[in-house]
Amino acid sequence: MARPPIEQKEVAGASIPDSYLQYPHRSYGMDHDRYDWSLLVRRKPVKWPNNARVALWVNVAFEFFPLDTPAKPFKALGGMVTSYPDLRHFSLRDYGNRVGIFRVMDALDAAGINKATAAFNSKVAQRYPYLVDQVNAKGWEVMAYGVDMAKLLYTGLPADQEQAIIKESISTLREISGQPVKGWWSPARSESWDTPDYIAAEGIEYFCDWINDDMPYPFRTKSGEIVAMPHQHWIDDAMVWVHYKHQEQDFVDQVKDQFDLMYNEAGSQGGRVMAITIHPWMSGQPHRIKYLEDALNYVGKHKDVWVATGSEIMQEWKKQQ
Amino acid sequence: MKADLGLYEYLPWNARPSIKWPNGAKVAFWVAPNIEYYEIDPPVNPLRTPWGRPVPDVVGYAERDHGNRVGHWRMMEVMDRYGVRGSISLSVALLDHHPEIIEACKERNWEFFSHGIYNTRYSYAMTEVQEQAIITDSIENVKKHTGQMIAGYLAPALTHTERTMDLLAKNGILYTCDLFIDDQPFPVNVKEGKFISIPYSLEMNDIIVYNGSMVPPRRYADMLKANFDRLRADGAKNGTVMCIPLHAYAVAQGHRLAAFDDALKYITGHDDVWVATGREIAEYYYEHYYDEYVQAIKDFKKKNPARS
Repeated sequence: MARPPIEQKEVAGASIPDSYLQYPHRSYGMDHDRYDWSLLVRRKPVKWPNNARVALWVNVAFEFFPLDTPAKPFKALGGMVTSYPDLRHFSLRDYGNRVGIFRVMDALDAAGINKATAAFNSKVAQRYPYLVDQVNAKGWEVMAYGVDMAKLLYTGLPADQEQAIIKESISTLREISGQPVKGWWSPARSESWDTPDYIAAEGIEYFCDWINDDMPYPFRTKSGEIVAMPHQHWIDDAMVWVHYKHQEQDFVDQVKDQFDLMYNEAGSQGGRVMAITIHPWMSGQPHRIKYLEDALNYVGKHKDVWVATGSEIMQEWKKQQ
Repeated sequence: MKADLGLYEYLPWNARPSIKWPNGAKVAFWVAPNIEYYEIDPPVNPLRTPWGRPVPDVVGYAERDHGNRVGHWRMMEVMDRYGVRGSISLSVALLDHHPEIIEACKERNWEFFSHGIYNTRYSYAMTEVQEQAIITDSIENVKKHTGQMIAGYLAPALTHTERTMDLLAKNGILYTCDLFIDDQPFPVNVKEGKFISIPYSLEMNDIIVYNGSMVPPRRYADMLKANFDRLRADGAKNGTVMCIPLHAYAVAQGHRLAAFDDALKYITGHDDVWVATGREIAEYYYEHYYDEYVQAIKDFKKKNPARS
């Protein structure tokens, strides 16, 4: 995922046009207009409530992987592997929604993390509205996370289909949860050139696909600016254990090292955001939950941590801009 | 296509002159941060696809952008802490895109060498005129923005032509980072002039380790220490070179920086290490060992001719 595959192609007969040595975007800042170039270290420090150093943003992913997932344009992490019907991966993923999630909720409670953001595939909310009730009862925020893990947004998907997926996700989640649903996360962080415009048109105020920062920053869309929120994608439990195939303790070590760095940096540079993303189908397994607990206990029991939802962090950050 | 470009001669480890680094150091140690710009929508190249996903590849692009927005400063401060000056493998267009980073490196007296214009523009199948244009662009723009003449070259995204080394030598560049043949500098065969290879370890390259081999961060620190320990031990007999090639977008992610700090502290905590730059190592080798090595290669070849 991080490195594109390098192909071996026939060089004989290949030629490079001279236009390949023209660089139309070679100038100050970025090579696109979505956001400005900005060094984190040079920004005005942000102060979180009660002088907290780190805003802790726990995200829990509620995912549905359809059996008939197409591998187009690629498979989301956790997608089906075998020929149809891949019951083994389908059921392993749905384990998270039936069993794993409750271990994760207990782990958060035990670590004193009383609030999280629930990223729902709208299909999960329809299939299991009980989970939405549980999330509402806990006072968590519902964030839109597409329709399901098969409906990816990408360049090449017709615009009307992309807009329909976005609308279906957001309107379904607003209806079932009764929440305003201001946050967005694209399945597999996959976007077309227009995704930010389409989500902003539906009233989305922040999203977390762009993993290029450790603080929120303004992102331009055709419906005005929205907020790009940081997500430490590389220490997401599924990334560590499924993508990287690291061992159980490696997850704990990476969360701790990330947290320590943020915590220290906040001492001199102002508040930081640490996002921990949890997939109940991964972390909620009986042999793995202990490691999630260890990581959450380490982070949650620190002083100067502000446990917040995506909207709370966005609003506090906006006030200070 | 050829089976071998004949870029270097065979001179085995146990049959070569002994290198002594300044002040009796056993290892010449250099850190080479790649400061790169990857275009969000690069032109199509017939031989390589820049991004793994349809553009915009949000994860790939944003991952790399994090290195410039966030990671570079963190990496630089760790290097400051241990007195290590970077030898920068630079996407030359970054001089235009992110001059603040360039200024900070200049203030620290870091060295700049070329890593092509963008890391999303590949050299394969280029004509001599085209490849020369990239080298000229690199020399002129690095000079203009930093006052430095580039001493080294790491081909953009490690993409070459058959004549890359000849062109680099012809343009007065001192060394290449693109050959992984040795733990010491080594003469490279070029059409005109002198040219050498300096060890730039792919094995220790953070991207290869983290994104290729998928190694956890603390294990990377162990690997760096083990690499150093062995090169230092072997360097007691014949001076070696250790290189850590870096990318802020990998090594300076929040969950990885502590491991780099740990390794750098360990390595620079030894007093028989020459903490150097690419240019310093190359110049020292040219001055003290290049001629001796060229002679040793001739002698070895004479005694051990290839057989048909």
